[in-house]
Amino acid sequence: MKQRLVQLEVLRYNPDTDSEASFQRYEVVCQDEWVVLDALNKVKESIDPTLNYRWSCHMAVCGSCGMMINGEPKLACHAFLRDYEGVIRIEPLAHFPIERDLVTAPDDFMEKLKRVKPYLIPQQKRSLDEGENRQTPAQLMKFRQYSMCINCMLCYAACPEYGLTPKFIGPAALTLAHRYNQDSRDAGRAERQEVAATHEGVWECTFVGACSEVCPAHVDPASALQQMKISSSIDWLKEHLMPWGSK
Amino acid sequence: METISTDVAIIGAGGAGLRAAIALAETDPTLRIALISKVYPMRSHTCAAEGGAAGVIKPDDSFDFHFHDTVGGGDWLSDQDCVEYFVKEAPKELLQLEHWGCPWNRAADGSVAVRPFGGMKKQRTWFAADKSGFHILHTLFQTSLQFPSITRYDEYFALDLLVDDGRCQGVTAMEMRSGQLRQFHAKAVIIAGGGAGRMFPFSTNGAIKTGDGMAMAYRAGAPLKDMEFIQYHPTGLPNTGSLLTEACRGEGGILVNKHGRRYLQDYGMGPETPVGQPQLKTMELGPRDRLSQAYWHELQKGNTVSTQWGECVLLDMRHLGERKIHERLPLVQELAASYLGVDIVREPVPIRPVVHYMMGGISTNTRAATPLPGLFAAGECACVSLNGANRLGSNSLVELLVFGRSAALSAIEHIQGLPAADTAALNARAEETQMRIRELFSRSDGTESMSGLRKEMMDTMEKNVGIYRNEEGLQEGVAKIHELRERYRRVILTDKTNVFNTDLFQVLELGSMLDCAEAVTVGALARKESRGAHQRLDHVERDDKNYLRHTMVYRQGQEAPRVDYLDVVITKSPPGVRDYSGDHK
Amino acid sequence: MSRRPLVREVPPTSWFFRHPRYLRYMAREVTCIFIGAYCVLLVVGLQRLAAGQASYEAFLAALRSPASIVFHALALVAAVYHAATWFNATQKAMPVQVGEDFLPGTVISGAHYVAWVVLSFVVLFLAGVF
Repeated sequence: MKQRLVQLEVLRYNPDTDSEASFQRYEVVCQDEWVVLDALNKVKESIDPTLNYRWSCHMAVCGSCGMMINGEPKLACHAFLRDYEGVIRIEPLAHFPIERDLVTAPDDFMEKLKRVKPYLIPQQKRSLDEGENRQTPAQLMKFRQYSMCINCMLCYAACPEYGLTPKFIGPAALTLAHRYNQDSRDAGRAERQEVAATHEGVWECTFVGACSEVCPAHVDPASALQQMKISSSIDWLKEHLMPWGSK
Repeated sequence: METISTDVAIIGAGGAGLRAAIALAETDPTLRIALISKVYPMRSHTCAAEGGAAGVIKPDDSFDFHFHDTVGGGDWLSDQDCVEYFVKEAPKELLQLEHWGCPWNRAADGSVAVRPFGGMKKQRTWFAADKSGFHILHTLFQTSLQFPSITRYDEYFALDLLVDDGRCQGVTAMEMRSGQLRQFHAKAVIIAGGGAGRMFPFSTNGAIKTGDGMAMAYRAGAPLKDMEFIQYHPTGLPNTGSLLTEACRGEGGILVNKHGRRYLQDYGMGPETPVGQPQLKTMELGPRDRLSQAYWHELQKGNTVSTQWGECVLLDMRHLGERKIHERLPLVQELAASYLGVDIVREPVPIRPVVHYMMGGISTNTRAATPLPGLFAAGECACVSLNGANRLGSNSLVELLVFGRSAALSAIEHIQGLPAADTAALNARAEETQMRIRELFSRSDGTESMSGLRKEMMDTMEKNVGIYRNEEGLQEGVAKIHELRERYRRVILTDKTNVFNTDLFQVLELGSMLDCAEAVTVGALARKESRGAHQRLDHVERDDKNYLRHTMVYRQGQEAPRVDYLDVVITKSPPGVRDYSGDHK
Repeated sequence: MSRRPLVREVPPTSWFFRHPRYLRYMAREVTCIFIGAYCVLLVVGLQRLAAGQASYEAFLAALRSPASIVFHALALVAAVYHAATWFNATQKAMPVQVGEDFLPGTVISGAHYVAWVVLSFVVLFLAGVF
């Protein structure tokens, strides 16, 4: 198997000793087919046990290993060495505070996720005896794409709006709100709109589109947010121009 | 040390832990629930499960069919009272998930769709494309967000159970971002910490699957049951070990050797079925243990394909067509393309068996209770004896749900009318944990590197406790793991920082894995028969006279553990022949 | 010691140099200046028209100046770029589901381009160009 010497430049930060973060250079021999995560694991195993980062599944589904690789938010387990030349620069996910090395604090995202009520709010609670809700394959396809979000937060690191205006609910959380809004079993849109259809919600989005470009799960949050804007606008028009209509 | 008082502490926030938390919150909203996990819930390894979850739902199926498939699949080592309870609860749990929004695939009429799976006589595997575990985990996590009584302690590394007065009354844990120790005083504790597949070098398991929950219970005196039964999944990517779901074969994928022969027909799973028309419970839809063993025999015969990643057989899905692959196996398609560079629409993909799942675990009964009062366990970390000697694909996702809920209900029952805790005694227990961690930090005579010990452990497990085992290898394995446990006492902690010290967590995880590895090797040496996933070249037959019973391993500190046995519960299916030949139907 | 998370500020005036996609975004946003200026110009034209023939003639003369022509060329480029990004966005904002499948994005954007061309011809026709 082909091997190559890989140079990594990793942003390090130790709150015990550092006032600022700084880059550290590592050189490791890697297999050509490896991903950046494999290179980091080799560094930790054979050169520097004090290097810290999160990872688990190594198959781009658990969402742990998001980091900036040459300035681009990526899952380290899905960033292939074959796609990089020269020194690979690795930094913690942008727009989140650094706890240590490549480990960031996702508290803000977790709080926002909860605020959009990302769970089914049915019209009426159904008992198990009533069996399953019927949902056609077409109804499933309407929201399936938006249910694929792995909460890796790459979209938050890519979104300049979130970086500049941290109160923005952000792409992934709003997309999950949209996912439930689009579900034929759900009746909770009005509740979610209280958070989603505000200036902190979809109206903070200026459609940079970076979220969709970096999403490793092909979710396309940008499309979800634009659709939410359209439906919120229609709500507004109905309410103000046809008050006798909607309600 | 800060004390957090709660009613029920749950260790692990994957499928089983979340299900338990929701069941507790729904049953009694006044209960205080502490959900403790070393990762954020959505990182839990439940997310990597692909194929689906089995539950009787279609009119041509019955609980009895599911029961017999599971018991036979487990080579009669399952407790049959447990299986009976499980098959009846399974559809309810899957329906419950549907009501919570799980995006199950649907039939044209809007009912849930089911797909065929290995060892199952009927189609009963509910699925959400090939990301079923992912969707189950996220549905549970998102649903759990609406219950204010569930307090999450994300990225808290659980260390030791607090046992006093003969019952489990809490747990100590380290807040990973600060390095601060906390003690949770709880009336009941549920462990849902997952398996320990990372004991092996080649595994589908994520980095977090290090058996911490199993080891914690084992250290507290609870026995580990049937640990020698390690499931190899027949179809893993040969380089990364990533899982290619059984649904590949359920949808019609075939396995061929280097001569293009569908070799499963040579191992009691024939005759050959037409390509693209999979028949239930035969050929590619045989059980996982048989398929992985067939690979081993093909390897001995020189029928495997040599690749740069080792000896492989081929999984051919080309005849499924692009549309079906895209609709039903998108993750498999993506994994093979990106990690191996193989387009499954156009080429067969090389695969080999990979360590996937532990049938064994903390010994529990059908009510998810361990022999230690106040301690309950569910999911892969538990051995409720549903899976026996070999788990059928798509039973484990349901196991999480059924026994996660069961653990919650049992915990609620347990905490009624408990005497008040002796806080001073619990504090003293917690101090012991603190001393243990402090000793690790201040150790100056360390000589062993964490990664060195870990590599030796993995190599030992692969070499001596693989698909086929023998007396000599197992004795070597037992001795080696014993030696590694001894050397582990001198392991060096390089990083002395408090904040998010992954060096520390890896050292602690290695300790957990070594405890689990001890139980695996000792159990395997003691079981002188071949059954399900435990195959011995020196004892090739199943021995119901001596071994129709569970291995129970009790920890004895640094000494060799004590091995005991527990009879298998038989209700209606006497041990018989596992028949996966299509022509007998 | 315990935790001391390090917060990195986003530079408010230079962040868009970090990545080409941000520059493309800023380019799209900047087009609105030209489009806004062109709208102002139209309003001024209307005002001049209302002020009488002499005033309007002077306005038309001013439009023929080289500076004005350069401005109009730039405004046209900006408007076309803006329209293109807008039409390309329609496939995300207005997906059309037919049965289980979604219409390809190119069909949705393409339909908008076609409508754009047709409407442009209608406007030109009404303006008496043909």
